[in-house]
Amino acid sequence: MYFGLSEEQSFFQDNVKKYLGEHATIDNIKHIASGDKKNLSAEIHQGLLNLGINGLLIPEEFGGLGLDLLFAAVVSEALGGGIGPTPFIAPYVMAPTAIIHAGSKIQQENYLPKIAANEYRFGVGFSEFIGKRNDAGITFSDSALNGRAMFVLDTNNATHLLLANEKGQIFVVDAKSANIEIVNLITVDKTRHYSEVICKNLDAELLENSSFSIDPINQAIDAGRIMLAADSIGASQTMINKAVDYAKERKQFGRAIGSFQAVKHMCAEMAADLEPCYALVWHAAHCHNHSPDESKFMACHAKAHVSEMSKSIAKKATEVHGGMGFTDLLGLHYWFKRIGLNRQILGSPELVREEAYRAQL
Amino acid sequence: MDLEYGPEYQDFTKEVQNFCKKYKGLSFTDRSNNPLGSSGGSGGPKMSRSEWQKILIEKGYFARSVPKEYGGYGGEADILKSRIIAAEFSKAKTPVAMGGQGIDMLVPTLLEMGTEEQKQAFIKSTLHGEMIWCQGYSEPNAGSDLASLQTKGELVGDEWVINGQKIWTSTAQYSQMCFCLVRTEPNAPKHAGISYLLIPMDTPGIEVRPLVDMTLKAGFNEVFFTDVKIPASNIVGKRGEGWAVANATLGHERGSLAPPDATMNRVNMLMHLMKEETLDEKPLIEHPIYRDRLMQIQGKVLAQQSHALRLLSAKLNPGADVKLGKMIQKLTGTELRHELEGLAIDVMGEIGTLYEDSPHLKNEGTWQFIYMYFLGLIIGGGTSQIQKNIIAERGLGLPKEPKIEGA
Repeated sequence: MYFGLSEEQSFFQDNVKKYLGEHATIDNIKHIASGDKKNLSAEIHQGLLNLGINGLLIPEEFGGLGLDLLFAAVVSEALGGGIGPTPFIAPYVMAPTAIIHAGSKIQQENYLPKIAANEYRFGVGFSEFIGKRNDAGITFSDSALNGRAMFVLDTNNATHLLLANEKGQIFVVDAKSANIEIVNLITVDKTRHYSEVICKNLDAELLENSSFSIDPINQAIDAGRIMLAADSIGASQTMINKAVDYAKERKQFGRAIGSFQAVKHMCAEMAADLEPCYALVWHAAHCHNHSPDESKFMACHAKAHVSEMSKSIAKKATEVHGGMGFTDLLGLHYWFKRIGLNRQILGSPELVREEAYRAQL
Repeated sequence: MDLEYGPEYQDFTKEVQNFCKKYKGLSFTDRSNNPLGSSGGSGGPKMSRSEWQKILIEKGYFARSVPKEYGGYGGEADILKSRIIAAEFSKAKTPVAMGGQGIDMLVPTLLEMGTEEQKQAFIKSTLHGEMIWCQGYSEPNAGSDLASLQTKGELVGDEWVINGQKIWTSTAQYSQMCFCLVRTEPNAPKHAGISYLLIPMDTPGIEVRPLVDMTLKAGFNEVFFTDVKIPASNIVGKRGEGWAVANATLGHERGSLAPPDATMNRVNMLMHLMKEETLDEKPLIEHPIYRDRLMQIQGKVLAQQSHALRLLSAKLNPGADVKLGKMIQKLTGTELRHELEGLAIDVMGEIGTLYEDSPHLKNEGTWQFIYMYFLGLIIGGGTSQIQKNIIAERGLGLPKEPKIEGA
């Protein structure tokens, strides 16, 4: 019995952390957020591709590394901690998972090796299956898609998109088609991309095994939720570390503010809230591959619970910094906002807890 | 990550399951001193708690790694077997072994630091449930600041003469013995002046006065010592080393106050209740607000259960850094249990306020009782605020509060 990360997982995670520590500096994040250095995000992405993040989940027979979801979770944790300003969850976790479960043999052979070789990059838009907002929704007839998908993830530089209708059928579409309109949505999180996608008689290929079963799309969504939870853990840990460092350094009334219990207790609460999240998310990721009956239940609880803990940590860590926490100068808000997006994407806590309830019946 | 225990443990699991089947419906002929202790089932064998204790030791289901000569099973410590025993007993609702401060705190301390005579004299009868202990630590003026305790012990000839007062002393009214912190070196710095003494409760000069708590069910006591004389050899560790000895046992206590598996059992019990009980003719579980609150708590308990697996794994595979992970257990475990019991009261509304032997009581009134009882556990054994100091200072390295002169 061993509950924890393997040496390989820790080693890979350290490499991602180290890379981001050197390249996703707060100055670079500010450049990316303001849009004044267009290639910076792509350069960082290329550096992460060199580490192999695109092939983690793709089976070896298709040119990938054939690793399990826990491996991807530890990478996602590092990306959240190091505020990785690049696509990850959609192209390298949700898309491969969806294609592995929903694709026919031919579809798998067609798409998976190209993801592993970085020829194809997928954005993913499954929001309407999870909870449809006003005026959104995709319909499929005569091999074509019509309608609107909201909050499609990681569309920047995507060659293809996976879109889903309310029934959970999954479609591959060409992101460069003339019949598609991709509208950039401006959220508070400037480190990742979210789009609205409008389809007008757009040619689409149905992933065959999603035709009659919602299991494939659920697999992909569960995997995505676990990644978002892991990303929020990483982001929360960074915020706690920064708050604790600041509380040791900053002096008022002649003493380090971290010696005041009002401040010290906020730090302790943050640590106590976050610590069990690691085990929950690792456990959920493990269940995804090794205990399918519990998979959805665990993924939903991981997403909801980490979202709640992270929201509270993001607030407290900012407060520990006092006025400085509120400034753009310090840049703490990039993590605050990333946590904010992770909470809402692929189902807010109330929605996923309801799914967890139904999953345990 | 590997959550399988391996084939040798499958056989052991079967063995434990068969044992639980054999004693299905076991009931006890005597009451438990522990307010959360099992009252046993019905329709099965009947015996005293001490007889049950002996059966569990013989099978190696309790006191597994305590040497035979001290009344234990004399086996290798096996963390996974302990976990299997706990899980199977819980599933089958088989009563677990008696606990209490003697078994949970004194025995590990004596095994680690006691003299051979002390081990021979105390461990066996304590494990067998024949010798009950109480813990004499807190005093009216030494609560969170325990090391400022003032109960005095003076060595006169070959006897300690003890004078002072202890408070919050659970089970003192049933106890044969007390493990007690006493100031024996009045001129030493406060932490270095304390000794760990073992005091027979029938010694002349001891007075036990009950101190009723808010549950009106469980009781503490105040214990007064007036010229109480005990042999000089009734000391664990050396003179002035009592603080270190006590800290070893506090560690044993903190981890075990609110195990997440027990909390999850209560979550399941509450979910069952919410399916049975109705509000406006609709089961409570179908009311979205109550349901969401339950699911929130279920998520928290699930996180603590996974966390407990991580800590278990760290025991089996030394090297993993779980120092912070261990420090949070008392704080998070007790707070969560209190929150859960409180939710059960909320979902029942007015019915949730019923107590004692009122008509319409649900689950024997345990929700109200444990809700209050856990407020006691949040305060006792190091308050939540003290826990946060520990986490912040020892876990995160934040500076201590500046000391006030003379404190």
